[in-house]
Parts: sequence; structure tokens; C-alpha cells
Amino acid sequence: MTKIDYIQSDGTRITVDAAPGDTVMSAAIAADVDGIVGECGGNMMCATCHVYVDEAPAARLPAMTDDEDQMLACTEAPRTALSRLGCQLPTDEPMVVTVPGIPT
Amino acid sequence: MKPDTTVVIVGAGQGGFQVAASLRERGHAGPVVLVGDEPGLPYQRPPLSKNFLLHAETQTELRPRSFYERRDIELRHARVGSIDRFGRRVRLADGHTLAYDHLVLATGARNRTPPIEGVTLDGVVQVRTRDDAERLRARLSAASHLAIIGAGFIGMEVAAVGARTGITTTVIEALHRPMARSVSVATSTHIADLHRAQGTTLRMGRTVVRLDGDDTGAVTGVRLHDGTLVPADLVVVGVGVAPAVELATDAGIDVGDGIRVDAHLATSDPHVSAIGDCAEFPNTHTGTRTRLESIQNAVDQARCLAARLTGTPAPYTAVPWFWTEQFSTKLQIAGIGQGHDDSTVLGDPATGSFSTLLFKDELLTAVESVNAPADHTAARRILAFDRPLRREETAVDGFSLAQWAGGRQRRGQDRTVAPQDAVDARLGHTADVH
Repeated sequence: MTKIDYIQSDGTRITVDAAPGDTVMSAAIAADVDGIVGECGGNMMCATCHVYVDEAPAARLPAMTDDEDQMLACTEAPRTALSRLGCQLPTDEPMVVTVPGIPT
Repeated sequence: MKPDTTVVIVGAGQGGFQVAASLRERGHAGPVVLVGDEPGLPYQRPPLSKNFLLHAETQTELRPRSFYERRDIELRHARVGSIDRFGRRVRLADGHTLAYDHLVLATGARNRTPPIEGVTLDGVVQVRTRDDAERLRARLSAASHLAIIGAGFIGMEVAAVGARTGITTTVIEALHRPMARSVSVATSTHIADLHRAQGTTLRMGRTVVRLDGDDTGAVTGVRLHDGTLVPADLVVVGVGVAPAVELATDAGIDVGDGIRVDAHLATSDPHVSAIGDCAEFPNTHTGTRTRLESIQNAVDQARCLAARLTGTPAPYTAVPWFWTEQFSTKLQIAGIGQGHDDSTVLGDPATGSFSTLLFKDELLTAVESVNAPADHTAARRILAFDRPLRREETAVDGFSLAQWAGGRQRRGQDRTVAPQDAVDARLGHTADVH
């Protein structure tokens, strides 16, 4: 089990024990974390699992693929240097991510 | 609708689930009952013809049980027998009744079974439910010759799984190319080549005469009209679906090619709405009434309906999009390309990454992107603009969908009718997503 911390737009911090094989997206859905939708089921089709990675062993994060890079062009919240798709991030290492608030 | 009213949703697939979730997100306080006829929590279907067949641990549940508990969404496992529109209640097959103030039909679709001799033999299967997919996965591990009848999205996705697991795989299709009803010749040809390169045999333009079986009742092959036999110990039938409209029909609600709804997704009964695969709606992108079978359509119609039921009605205008994945090749489609009269290709198909732009009457109607997500996301924005992209504008050297979309947005020319639509335009879906 690896601890993943999700900080939500209202400041709430939720700590989730991710199971082996989980991604940041699937662990959030399994733990009912608001704001991570995962509409396409982790296929890099929808960009609804956008997160900002605040604290992570950066060297150990998988490099961003071209596909992820291109899908990040259609996130609802602004893309920053910390932006990743949760479905592309394994949970082998503890991590703190911020879940973007959605402008209405 | 008053805030304390009861909404009953029939069908706990992606659309039904999303109506319930969006109602709560928008603050609806009355009872929300989600009725599904399959056991377990609501789940997503797209993986069932892809990863789920390869990896038993593939997660399919849309949300854990706590999601429904926290939001007070009642999950009811039951089959709905009939609708009493005048008493505003549904009768469940188990004898119970559920009263509603508003009823949502999200009944989806059912697989068509072709009237072919031998279709009930052992080893002839279809994929619709998670149970179906589990059975297919077990059979795939034991099969040596897989035949797939129907080269639509599902058929081709299953074919990719078959080839990947090393089974001799043959796809049989009456039309002359894969996914012919959904995609252009250029895209279809590229996908067909991918499958052939993996050793799959495509028998296009062939119809099935019957399925042969042995004396134990197990399928042994597929007999084609040209007399040839495709040996098979596993046959997957994927010849399309029919909308589940019986409840509506029996209740006297208008039905065409699906349950007929207006731009606000209301049926001929104002207390009943319909969304997703089962609904025939006025499509602002084609100017015709259509029925779409896609996650995007189910989810966006669910959000549109939840917005209306919570007091912010807006007509349904979301840009349709679709995807399929075969052999790690990602095909993403924005818009509706059927009936196009011209096309142009951006990029070089030989590189495995390109987009096909489809036009009708000189205007862009759809973009099919193969391993080109930037084109796809740009296309979704462009197709939501008021001012369509003209074919001649794409005929310049170095034309890029992303640049064109960005340029129009900077100039503020993606003027749309309402703020809600402006958000749709940017995001490709409705505003209440979180």
C-alpha cells in the first residue's frame, strides 16, 4: 500500500491507500475522491483525471508521452508545469496531488 | 421541478449513473433512485471489448458503493416491467412499484442477433454485459480459432484482442471494409492494414450463410455465401444493437429509431425524459434526428438533463465524439462524418499518426484522428464554434487544426449562443462536470 494525498479545491486533504497496480486516477475513484472523473476509464481520451503533482519523487515519475502531452491541451482547469493525467501515474511511490477546481 | 421531487432513473449504465451523480452535484434534494437490471454496482462498458478481455483485474465499476451512500442515491437491482404514466409510477418485475415525479429512461441498447442457422450453438457469443465479457475471456483462453461476425468497433476491438493472444483470428463483414458505417475509407483502410499486419484475416464483403456445429452442439465454423468455411471454435457476433424502447412503446410514448425526445431530451410525456443509446434526438450537428451510441453522448445528455431538472435548461448541443483503441492505436473521432462528400488527410498515414478531415458542402463535419490527440481536441473545439471551418481554409501549406482553433479563440470569433455553450465549446462537454 502506498499513500497518495489528494488536496481538493476547497483545501480538504484526503489520504488514500493505493493498491498495487492502481493509478492516481483509479485510486481516487476507488476512494471516492471528488473532482477526478476518469470518464474514459484511463485511456487518455478525455482528460478528466487532470491533477497537479505537488510532491513526488520527480525522477521516478514516468516521462510524459506525446499522447498525454496532447490530451493535456483540453483540460478544463489551466495546464501548468505540474499538470499530469492521473491515469498515467502509477502509485508505487507516495505522492501529493492537487485536484483542480473546475471553473463554472 | 420542485427540489424535493423524486427522480427515478431506469437503466444504471453510464448515462443513468451520470444523471444521478449530476443531480446531486447540482443540489437536487429529493429522492434519486437508480434502477438497474444487472447485479453489482454500475460499471463502464468500453473496457469490456478491450483490456477487460486481457486482464481480469481491469477496474470497471464507475464508483465505489460509498459514492452512492454519501450522496443518498438509491441503487435498486430490478427489472422494470412497465410504466404507469397516469399514476406516475413504474412497476418492477418483482412486484414492487416506484412512484416518480420525473422518470428518466436510460435503457441503452441490446445486441442484435442475426437470424442465422446455428447462432445458438455452444461457442457462439456476444459482448454486451460484464458477464458476457467474463465468459468471453474464459473462452478466449481455450480457443484456437476465433471468428468474428461484424467488423464494427466491437468486432475489431475483439479481433485485436484475439490476435494479441495468439489465436488465429478472422473477421467476417458484409460491407467492404471495417467500420464502414462509422469511419471514412482512409481511416478504415489504415485500421484494416493494422489488423492484417498482426496476422488477422479480414473477409470483407462476405455474408454468413450458417454456423456449423459438431454432434455435441459446439460450433466448428462459419459458412460463407461464397461457399468457403472459416473454421472456428469460438464465434463472436457483433452486428450492432437495437435501442431498448419496449418500456416506452408499451407506455404509449413516441418511439422512432429510439425513444423520441426534443432538444431538451423530453419525451412526448413531459414527465418522462430519455438519454443515451436509447434516445432519438434532434442533432444540431447534422440537422437530422439521430441516435448515438457513445459514452460522450450518454454522459453529456445526462448532464444536460440534470441541468434542466435542477432549473437551468439548455438545449442539447454537445459535439459528438467517439474513440476506439486497437493494438495501441488510438482512433478518436469528433463530429459526425456520415454523408461527407469530400475529405483531406493531415499528416502521413505511413507514420501511423494522421487525421482525416471530412467535409459536407465545403464545411468541416468530422475529424478522424489516428494517434493524433492534438488534432482531436482541436477538432472538438472547432466543431463547437459558430463559424464552421471551410475546406478551402485547410488547403494551405502547414495547416494545423490546433493553430486554427487557437487563432479563432484569440480573436474571440468562437461566439456561441449562451455562456453554457461557450464552455461546451472549449471543453467538448457540458459545464457542470467536476
